[in-house]
Amino acid sequence: MSAPAIETNGLVKTFKDNRAVDGVDLTVPPGTVYGLLGPNGAGKTTVVRMLATLLRPDGGEARVFGHDVVREADTVRSRVSLTGQYASVDEDLTGTENLVLLARLLGHGKRAARDRAAQLLEAFGLTEAAARQVKKYSGGMRRRIDIAASILNTPDLLFLDEPTTGLDPRSRNQVWDIIRVVVAHGTTVLLTTQYLDEADRLAGRIAVIDHGRVIAEGTPGSLKASIGSGTVHVRLRDGAQRPEAVRLLAAVLGTDVQTEADPVALTARAGVEGSDRGAAEQASRALAALAEAGIVVDDFSLGQPSLDEVFLALTDRPIPEEVPA
Amino acid sequence: MTATTEATAAASMPSAETLGAVLTREERPRRPSALAASLTFGWRAMLKIKHVPEQLFDVTAFPIIMTLMFTYLFGGALAGSTRDYLQFLLPGIMVTSVVMITMYTGVGLNTDIEKGVFDRFRTLPVWRPAALVGMILGDVLRYVLAATTIMLVGLILGFRPAGGVLGVLAGIGLLVLFSFAFSWIWTMFGLFLRSEKSVMGVSMLVLFPLTFLSNVFVDPGTMPGWLQAFVKVNPITHVVAAVRSLMAGDRNTTETIWVLAASAVLVLIFGPLTMRLYNRK
Repeated sequence: MSAPAIETNGLVKTFKDNRAVDGVDLTVPPGTVYGLLGPNGAGKTTVVRMLATLLRPDGGEARVFGHDVVREADTVRSRVSLTGQYASVDEDLTGTENLVLLARLLGHGKRAARDRAAQLLEAFGLTEAAARQVKKYSGGMRRRIDIAASILNTPDLLFLDEPTTGLDPRSRNQVWDIIRVVVAHGTTVLLTTQYLDEADRLAGRIAVIDHGRVIAEGTPGSLKASIGSGTVHVRLRDGAQRPEAVRLLAAVLGTDVQTEADPVALTARAGVEGSDRGAAEQASRALAALAEAGIVVDDFSLGQPSLDEVFLALTDRPIPEEVPA
Repeated sequence: MTATTEATAAASMPSAETLGAVLTREERPRRPSALAASLTFGWRAMLKIKHVPEQLFDVTAFPIIMTLMFTYLFGGALAGSTRDYLQFLLPGIMVTSVVMITMYTGVGLNTDIEKGVFDRFRTLPVWRPAALVGMILGDVLRYVLAATTIMLVGLILGFRPAGGVLGVLAGIGLLVLFSFAFSWIWTMFGLFLRSEKSVMGVSMLVLFPLTFLSNVFVDPGTMPGWLQAFVKVNPITHVVAAVRSLMAGDRNTTETIWVLAASAVLVLIFGPLTMRLYNRK
């Protein structure tokens, strides 16, 4: 299979006068997880909907395994599955009924459809809930039945649109595990997410999307190297010492230090490209430097940069306030 | 919220091996035929009725109320007795009730399409109109139910069709066929309009004049000329005339052929319009 799983050139989608997708170029090699990272309203879902043949592009072109998503929509449909942002199953039906319905539509006979449904419910830990209406499922169970429905026929390409948004941490971990297994079996996954952490854990490559454009693309490693792999948050006991603390942190970390509205709080990126030390080591040096200078620190933490910080780093502005589509 | 179910579900979440085992790379089954896919979607509509039986209220209670109301409201004044009036009214009130019920097709589609499940249907490699055809096939069952309910109420009240069982069945069959075709108008509006409420509004705006300004309740001969002109071209008038004649046993083939032709025209116009909107949605 030589063609890329996904290839887009100058993809555009306009809603009224809003260019929701404004010239997106992507190349996704088969057998990988590709992350589309961006805030609400950035255009991630619109890109996915065009690739899944649900929306017609207004400009540019998109191919899935070499097939044009408009001219060869039916061929594309036979190779992809979509798990949308909202449950893509019928909430009035039971888990079994949903899977049997879809299996029948994929061409399985009555008997085979029942067997396949039972097998998937078992594999996704939903056997007990099989006879219950999906609307009575918890968020995590809904996600699982949704993904189960997407792999009734193992797709070559699976679209997962914000699969963990709104899930508790345990359910989120389960979804991550499922994604890893699916990819290990040769399916390509296009994952959209608002969480850098999630893209970092799962994706081989990430495209950061803002206002319908790709503003950064690369492996999670290269992306983090350019924006810093961690963020240091410091709270001082005495606000009067803040200017001194800013100077020290900037010197040790080699980055700009942001002062917050709270007079004792400071934030800075750590582990930025070009420094030969990791974020953790830099952070501990910074803490030592503060202590040496006699600055009392009440609270100190090193965390993953949030999407907010990624945006700040890439665009020099915070995440735009956007009305979700 | 559902802490207990979540806990048991989490406990039974299986390992990567079990999950991997269900990811088959076997030969995929052949895609189903257009008919098979439509019938499968029709089965979905049956399942929805099974889970939400309240939705049968409007195909049972509503027709009964319509029949009782108009029989006793107009019967004495218009035909001297309710029993005499019923012989004239029943086929017409059956057409009115069933045609009015068709608007729920549009309302149902409008609410359904807002949910994610249609995204999945639309990414399946099946015959494109199947989801909508199946949905309307499910509605056809509702039409049959409504027509049967009215016929039973009519028979109890004293309706005596001269056409016998065959005439009644032919009448109901023709009406259901016309309603199937008529439903495609509502699927178009269901896809086109933004909310359930606006679909309701437009349906009422079309259905009220169409059903009342017809030959359902009174002989059009008593109406002013301009109104007679409208009644004459109103398709409901033709459906009522055809159903009436079938049930009365005097086979008015002209009207029946007119209804069959009108049904075909409705599907040929509104079917493609609906599919165009469905594909663009």
